[in-house]
Amino acid sequence: MPDLTDIANTIRINCLKAIHAGRSGHPGGSLSIADMLAVLYFDVMNLDPSRPDWKERDRFILSKGHACPSLYVALAQRGYFPMEEALKLRKIDGFAEGHPDVGMPGIDAPSGSLGMGLSQGLGMALGGRHLGQDFRTHVILGDGDLQEGNTWEAIMLAGHKKMDTLVAVYDSNKLQGDAPVATQLDLGDVGAKVATFGWHVLYVDGHDTDALKAALEEAKTIKGKPTFIVADTVKGKGVSFMEGVLFWHGSVTMTDQQLADAVKELEHA
Amino acid sequence: MLDYWTVGEDVSVRDAFGRILVHMAAERSDWVLLDADVAGGTGAKPLVTQYPDRVMQFGIAEQNMMAAAGGVADTGLIPVVSTFGAFGCMRAHEQFRTAIAYPERNAKLCCSHVGLDVGPDGASAQMLEDLATMRAIPGVVVISPADANEFMKAFPVILDHQGPVYMRIGRSPTPVVFAADHTFEIGKATRVREGSDVTVIATGVMVARALSAAETLAAEGVSVRVVNMATIKPIDMAEVIAAAVETKGIVTAEDHNIFGGLGSAVAECAAQHHPAKMKFVGVNDTFGKSGEHDELPAMFGIDAKAVYAACKELI
Repeated sequence: MPDLTDIANTIRINCLKAIHAGRSGHPGGSLSIADMLAVLYFDVMNLDPSRPDWKERDRFILSKGHACPSLYVALAQRGYFPMEEALKLRKIDGFAEGHPDVGMPGIDAPSGSLGMGLSQGLGMALGGRHLGQDFRTHVILGDGDLQEGNTWEAIMLAGHKKMDTLVAVYDSNKLQGDAPVATQLDLGDVGAKVATFGWHVLYVDGHDTDALKAALEEAKTIKGKPTFIVADTVKGKGVSFMEGVLFWHGSVTMTDQQLADAVKELEHA
Repeated sequence: MLDYWTVGEDVSVRDAFGRILVHMAAERSDWVLLDADVAGGTGAKPLVTQYPDRVMQFGIAEQNMMAAAGGVADTGLIPVVSTFGAFGCMRAHEQFRTAIAYPERNAKLCCSHVGLDVGPDGASAQMLEDLATMRAIPGVVVISPADANEFMKAFPVILDHQGPVYMRIGRSPTPVVFAADHTFEIGKATRVREGSDVTVIATGVMVARALSAAETLAAEGVSVRVVNMATIKPIDMAEVIAAAVETKGIVTAEDHNIFGGLGSAVAECAAQHHPAKMKFVGVNDTFGKSGEHDELPAMFGIDAKAVYAACKELI
């Protein structure tokens, strides 16, 4: 198995190729989750790309669905479908929808309308518990998800029901669509707030694959509590002209030169 | 053995909900009820009492419940989501659309507190828009049973149907129209009275009122056909077309806003296949108010007299 950081880097390169090919998409928030996806899909999760509907697979939901270009290419890299399908991002003749749709092999839940991912993951965990299955459910949340009341409803209930098969990874990249999170609706210390609802909370560098892996493995050992991992990230991570720059939240079109510059930088990372 | 009620009895459909839930809990293990602290109000309480392990409690957080139902369905269990109409069909409408209907989850939504049938709770609880909001979502079956017995017939059918379903649960005691031998089929209307002059296509509590109006009109020599359109979507087009072809006009009758519900569905069908004269009995694009369930229909023009008057205008 190749190094997880290398896999994440490949996700970033393919993600930008997809957004370039699609002529629109959200690069900033896609780049910030690449390391999480590498760790989840290439190490932590129990899955079988040849059987995407296997009932006892671990589940994954990208609640911040606009970051799907990274998810699609990660699924392709993992063998769910050919990379050319992921590169048909937002195209009429493919299944790489602008936001995740269960019509794509490996997509467990629709998302894109913020705030619904954690609830869907909670439902999967509740169903698994009812059926006596021990699969785990992972949900990546963005800053926007945590501004939606629906997410907090799910946080309350998951803690109350002690859903220890449920893990939320919060991609704290600090920029949202129109302005910094701190300007639009400051979320404060999200981890501390979530902890008060009965979650086990961990803080990691969201670009350190070893730290992410350690946190996700620790989550497996926690009983009686769901785990919330606050992943400190940089929007646009890996491409110097995108890092921390609001413009690259998207939905944006990348020029050929911008793609070439970004890929060059990532290939030499 | 499932006990049905006697035709003519006044029964709340909520009682039917509780009874059929308990019955089906014993029959099959492939479904669970999702409740948001209103099992006492929806009628689901007997299940909570007798089969607590078949209930997922969400507290008063319907958006979470609805989106979670999508996740529950992903595991192969059938979630039966139950709440009041305003919460299920409006507050959590987008969750139903995006987390249930869009991925074609096998989930069912059953809502009490719909229409003026709600009575004293007043306008905020009187969901008069549910048939419209749910009908507008692709792939959703929308059902409004006429009485307690039909509800009990329909419930196992919606569990067997693969895909999202919305079904109304009545609140107030209303006359039982159908006997125990009634059969329910999704998309199939029931002709409850033959007639040749005019057709009333009714749904829910309006079926009994339409029959009452038809009785009055019969005494005046007017022959009224009464159709129970329990499935609003997909609508029984053949029955609508038959009414348009064989009688002089169609009156639709629903405890719902006149816009977007049964009347609109029937008009869409008739307009395309056999345009007919129509009258719409429903709440005339206004909010309800507090009052008893048997007082409000006269005030808002959805009682038997309103159906009678609409029929008279068509002939």
